[in-house]
Amino acid sequence: MEYFVHIGILICVYGMVALSLNLVVGETGMISVAQAAFSGIGAYVTALLLLALGINFFLAVILSMLAAGAIAFLVGAIFTRLQEVYYVFGTVGFNVILYTVLLNWNSVTRGPLGIPGIPRPELFGFIFSDNHMFLGLALASLAAIYGLCTFIKNSSFGRVLHAIREDEEATSVFGYATHHYKLAVFTIAAMFTAYASGLYATYISYIDPSTFALPESIFILAMIILGGLSSTRGAVLGAFLLVILPEALRFVGFPSDIAAQMRQMTYGLVLVLLMLYRPQGILGKFRI
Amino acid sequence: MTLLRTKRLTKHFGGVHALDGVDLSFEAGAVTALVGPNGSGKSTLINVLTGFVPMDGGHVLIGDSVVPDGVRSSDVSAYGITRTFQSVRLIGQMSVLDNILLVLTERTVWGALFERHGAFHLDSAQKTLTEVGLWEKRHELAENLSFGQRKLLEIARAISMNASVYLFDEPFAGLFPEMRTVVSRILRRLRDQGAAVVLVEHDMELIRDLADHCYVLDSGKVIASGKPADVLREPHVVEAYLGK
Ligand SMILES: Nc1ncnc2c1ncn2[C@@H]1O[C@H](COP(=O)(O)OP(=O)(O)OP(=O)(O)O)[C@@H](O)[C@H]1O
Ligand SMILES: [Mg+2]
Repeated sequence: MEYFVHIGILICVYGMVALSLNLVVGETGMISVAQAAFSGIGAYVTALLLLALGINFFLAVILSMLAAGAIAFLVGAIFTRLQEVYYVFGTVGFNVILYTVLLNWNSVTRGPLGIPGIPRPELFGFIFSDNHMFLGLALASLAAIYGLCTFIKNSSFGRVLHAIREDEEATSVFGYATHHYKLAVFTIAAMFTAYASGLYATYISYIDPSTFALPESIFILAMIILGGLSSTRGAVLGAFLLVILPEALRFVGFPSDIAAQMRQMTYGLVLVLLMLYRPQGILGKFRI
Repeated sequence: MTLLRTKRLTKHFGGVHALDGVDLSFEAGAVTALVGPNGSGKSTLINVLTGFVPMDGGHVLIGDSVVPDGVRSSDVSAYGITRTFQSVRLIGQMSVLDNILLVLTERTVWGALFERHGAFHLDSAQKTLTEVGLWEKRHELAENLSFGQRKLLEIARAISMNASVYLFDEPFAGLFPEMRTVVSRILRRLRDQGAAVVLVEHDMELIRDLADHCYVLDSGKVIASGKPADVLREPHVVEAYLGK
């Protein structure tokens, strides 16, 4: 049972990250390979604030969202003016730089040793130390992010994102400063992701830089491509499938150390098969 | 009153002089036709005026003020200019209605984030979509419309902008007669409401019928201008069209 609760929490965390990345990639059509970097900012800032200042988790995670948002805004101000291909490489570069900083800024991040002993969230004196309760918190968080993404998608803002995805030039001639929109959605997505990974850090209680390296960004990208770009439900479905797939392999008889290695293989394979047979993903409407 | 003007406007594509020192002016309350053989620079002119193509030389004037450094596409609507495209550019995977709502709703990021379209937007969309006969099709994806319907939707999008200058790039091309009537009626209405209507068109009959003024372009140069009935008779205009 504990095991299913654990998987459930991971699905919620990845679901939130996938939902936020879908705003950028799915709704707006900007392929970003930097979501793990914003995850890293969220997790590290939350963890460091909790440990150094002992403040409440919810305050810490909000501050981490602001930090991720501010960095996304600065980075995005440069990137969102770039053309498609340069933009993609820009996000790759950013993820690599952030990973390197986490790995080498020993005095703050403890480098490869990582940060242990991150405490669980506390709300009005109640501590989410029990995993079942934590799952409740994760589900509520997922529902909130899902609601926010739906709200954004159904707003006039969401309609403009869709228009940018299909024809940015034509959209701008009808009076939209399209790079403002791209910058805004890039920043919002970074903030949602920071929340999810702040939550993750307190759940897992230990973080190190490897969790926030480039392959993780590709893993998240694979989730939303699998689930279907520009589909809010698809993002959650993609997260669900790519979290449980390697676990399922373990049940059908793969030894657990091999199953762990298989995670990379499976999602690589899933991506290849998708591109061949269903480029719009399971629930998606559009192809990259 | 002159709403939009160009002075010695130039645009080269490599060795091609798409626009070669073009002086034009577009008046309020008038339909101005741009004619000329294929490749004479008509679409390039519209593209320069709407920031799709950067200009190489000359000036664009909105009213009496020069636009510094050429027009940028994101400023075009603020100048009161809107356009259609020779080959339609709708948001294909959006519904007909959403294509119109897109140009009716809030432009600022913050405003748009907290806005959902309301009855006011729907009323306005209904009015224009009814005018082009597409209200019944409002829930269809734009890409699933017929060629003519897509052209009409683009025109509906342009008129939803409530602009003062309309640049129509061959709005009649490929339309059935009843659709042509609809477009003619719209152009006349815009003119009567005081807009400057710019019409790129190959059909001389239509131009005589609709246009108040006419410019003839050839190889990026204005070779004639004046009342359509007079201009289209001039020998060198006829020659430019029929080939030498
Ligand atoms: N983006 C571009 N790149 C290179 N050359 C171009 C470009 N746009 C137009 N041209 C060239 O500039 C010239 C003028 O083209 P333009 O499209 O303005 O003509 P037009 O008068 O609209 O013709 P048509 O009646 O066929 O639409 C042509 O020789 C065309 O090949
Ligand atoms: Mg043309």
